[in-house]
Formats: sequence, structure tokens, C-alpha cells
Amino acid sequence: MAFTTTVPPRPIFAAGSVLDRSEPFVAGRIILDDDIAPRASWSAIVRAGDVFTLVDVGGNQSGDCLIFAAEDTSERYSAPDTLAWQGNAYVSTGTVLRSNLGEPLMTVVGNEIDRQDTIGGACSKESNTLRYGHHTAYQHACRENFLHEGERWGLTARDLVSNLNWFMNVPVEADGALGIVDGMSAPGRRVACRAERDVIVVISNCPQMNNPCNDFNVTPLRAIVTRPERAAR
Amino acid sequence: MTIDSTARMATLDSVGAARSDARARGTRSPWMPDLPAASTPTPPVGVDPAALLWSETVAPGGYTHLRVARGTRIRLEDLDGDASASVVVLSSLNTAERLNVADTQKIPWQAYLGAGHPLLSGDGRVLATIVEDTSGRHDALCGASGDAWNVRRFGDATPEGPTPSGHALLRMAAAKHGLTRRDIPPAASFFKGVRVAADGTLDWIGSAGAGTHVDLVAELPLIVLIANAPHPLDPRTDYVAGPLRVHAWRSRATDSDDPRFAASPERERAYLNTIAYAELAGL
Ligand SMILES: [Zn+2]
Repeated sequence: MAFTTTVPPRPIFAAGSVLDRSEPFVAGRIILDDDIAPRASWSAIVRAGDVFTLVDVGGNQSGDCLIFAAEDTSERYSAPDTLAWQGNAYVSTGTVLRSNLGEPLMTVVGNEIDRQDTIGGACSKESNTLRYGHHTAYQHACRENFLHEGERWGLTARDLVSNLNWFMNVPVEADGALGIVDGMSAPGRRVACRAERDVIVVISNCPQMNNPCNDFNVTPLRAIVTRPERAAR
Repeated sequence: MTIDSTARMATLDSVGAARSDARARGTRSPWMPDLPAASTPTPPVGVDPAALLWSETVAPGGYTHLRVARGTRIRLEDLDGDASASVVVLSSLNTAERLNVADTQKIPWQAYLGAGHPLLSGDGRVLATIVEDTSGRHDALCGASGDAWNVRRFGDATPEGPTPSGHALLRMAAAKHGLTRRDIPPAASFFKGVRVAADGTLDWIGSAGAGTHVDLVAELPLIVLIANAPHPLDPRTDYVAGPLRVHAWRSRATDSDDPRFAASPERERAYLNTIAYAELAGL
């Protein structure tokens, strides 16, 4: 085997990929508008009442997402509380994204695919060794992104919990079989969440290339925060 | 039930009188640890009581927490069909490594827990394996009942109140190890089942009835946190929870000669990771 002296190749998106940056889901003043490059992480505070729009620019690109209460990050997104309160395993328009104390952090106010996932969790270098083999351990992963991005906010491995996977398709079949299958999204599809209080939103643009969560073609995401116009008080 | 420890029988105006009163009080309750463990009123079938390391009955709305060695076998038993055990396991070597229900469901390609199912950490290792299961009614989607849920359902979620939330109890158990709510990931719940319908609806299948048990084998040294509180989707309007029996005894961690070791390529790699980690750590 030949030795190389450079970082192993990183996945990139295919030339000619259809990209659609779409637009914010709701009207209002643009507070933030960032492209999240393939493989990269992103985070920001979204103030109460502001709307966070995530655009699946290239289609079927998983945006792994954690949410923390900005004033005390020990209160954070809880997949089980979110699912138990709504009595349904899938996230869609109207889903209240709840904390580990059961309190609303954000509400899904717009969703342009059939359903969103919060069961499948994030990919990691460690779980890749189980799912695909130890030869994938060198590859970058969402858990790396969460740890890297979380450092900005004082978050560590203790703060990683079951996350949301925007634009990822994880059905639970009748016998309990569960897995990541081909996505239902397309270039320009969006999800939008209104902050019910000040929150920190952390996104990992998933670098996974061993399953269909990114359609085997990692593409950019666009994160927009909008402050809707309000009636004068 | 009358609890005599609340009753004042006499004037206790000296240390000697107070000491005599304390020592004269009853020493049994329906919810207590049995020490030594061999004194258990209900030894697990097939296990020599002398080999038991722990025996306890957890009260409805109660909790317990165990620190166990790699290879310890833990039996959770639902005596009357109304226990509901929400469980979090953490590596006692590094508590940042703890139960990850997403990987626990994703790696075996199976959402429902049952015999042979590994409880995985987020670090590519098996923390514990379900080695026996006579219930088949479990849930890794809804977690322990939360504070806001119990306040809405019952009016109160506090650990001192009549309707503690599972999460409040897990926080108490965690605190005994210097851990906080940051250290409590989504829990796995035993003895109360939920199934996912085609449209995603979480269908309640509840309990398998009285007298079932689940056995876990610790694959690493663990801190085990257990809350015994009603499942959030339990449709009964009252707060109903039964006693939970807990036994533990020395067994052995999964090794390459166990059939479950190579039950699937994903699990085999998980056990390989776990064994390598344990041996490197001198365990
Ligand atoms: Zn990923």
C-alpha cells in the first residue's frame, strides 16, 4: 500500500448537482443568513419569536440538529419528551420541540417533506465502526461536528443527546425494523421552527457517505433566522 | 398502609429514650433493600441466594442506583404487572459515555428492545446486554415521564410529592453520584410497551402482566440509574406503579464464545470494541 502524506479525501458534492437556496419560510427582517458547507457545523442563538429556516439546498442532505435553552444549557432538546407529548414517532408541522423538562423550546411552523426524524440519532466515528466497519473510523461525522461546535458554548460530550435529523428518512416498520432509507426531500425544500424562548441551535451538515442519509452526495444547507413583523405594541 | 414510624408513642425527652424508641421500631417495609442480599424474600429461580450481591424492592414512585462491576447480572422484576422501570446506564470509568437510545435502536436495526438487544453508548461500545426477557413490552422512544408531563397529568412532579416524574427520580439517582441533569440522556423503559403504527402513532400495549423479568449483563463497569414511575403514555388517569424487584449477582460479560457475540456483524464489532476497551483499561 502506498503511503500518503495528506489528509484522506473528504467527501464533496458532485459537479452539476442541482442547488436551490430557496428563501426564508416566513417574511420579516433577516437576522442571520448563512450557508453551511458540506461536512461543516453551525450554531447560533435564535431569540424567542424568531423563526429558524433550514433549506435543503441540494436535496436529501441530513441536517443533524440539537437545541439548548440559551440561559441554561442543561435544559436541552429531548426527543422522548417531544414524541411522548405528541403521541407520534415522527416530527412534522405543529410538532412542539420539547426540553428534558418537557417545556417547549421551538415549534415546527413549516415543513416541506412528509416527515422529519428524531429517532435515528447522529452518525459518529465510533458508531460508523459498528455499522460499516473499522475502516471508516477515520471519517468525519456529526458527533465530531457537535463536539467541535458545542465547544463555542461550553458544551461537551455530556450535552449530546438524541437529536433531530432534518431531511432524513427513518421509518419504523411493523416489526420494529428501523433504518435510514432513501430521503423524501429535494433541492430547496425547507423546515422552519419558531423559537418559543431564546435557544441555541446547533447544526451538523452530515458528512456521512456510507448510507443514503445524504443521497451519497453531500451538499450545502442554508440557515436563515427571520424576525417576523409584529403589530406595534 | 399504616407506617408506624410516624407515630409518637411516648415522651422522648432524653437521648436514651429517643434511642430506645428508635431501636424498638419495626424494621420491615414492603420497599427496602435486603442485607445481606442472600436474605431476599424472593430469590431468582436458578440462582443460589448466597451468590446474590444485591436485593431490593423499589417502591412505586421510587428510585434506586447501583454501581456494578463488568460482568454483573442485574434482574429487574415486575411483581404485579404495574412496575415501570426507566433505566439509564453510564460507564463508571467515564460518565460522559452513557446510554444512547438512538444507537441502541439504529445499530441492531430494531426499535423494540428484547432478549439479546445491546444497550449501546454513543462511543461504539455495549454498556449492557439484555440477556433474558420474559416481558417483551418495553419502550426506548418515550423515555421517562417528564416534569411538565406529570404536572399536566397529575398536578405535581416533585420527588417528595404523590406523583414524582421519572425524570425527577432519575435526577435524584444521578445526584447520588455527583451527576446532574446534563448526565441524564433519554432513558430506556422496561415493562411498559409502545409500538409505532404506520402513520407514526405511538400505540400503547402496556404491561405483559405480573411476574415478568428482564436481565441485563454489565459489559463495562456501570452506574445504573432506575426510576419506577408510570410510563408517560400509560392511559390510566391515576398514578399507578407497582413494586420493582432488583437483584444482582456475579456473572460474566459477553465474550466471543457467547452466541449473542456474533448475532450480527454490527453487534460483533460492538463487542470487539467493548472487549478491547476493557482489556486496555486492565479490566
Ligand atoms: Zn451524520
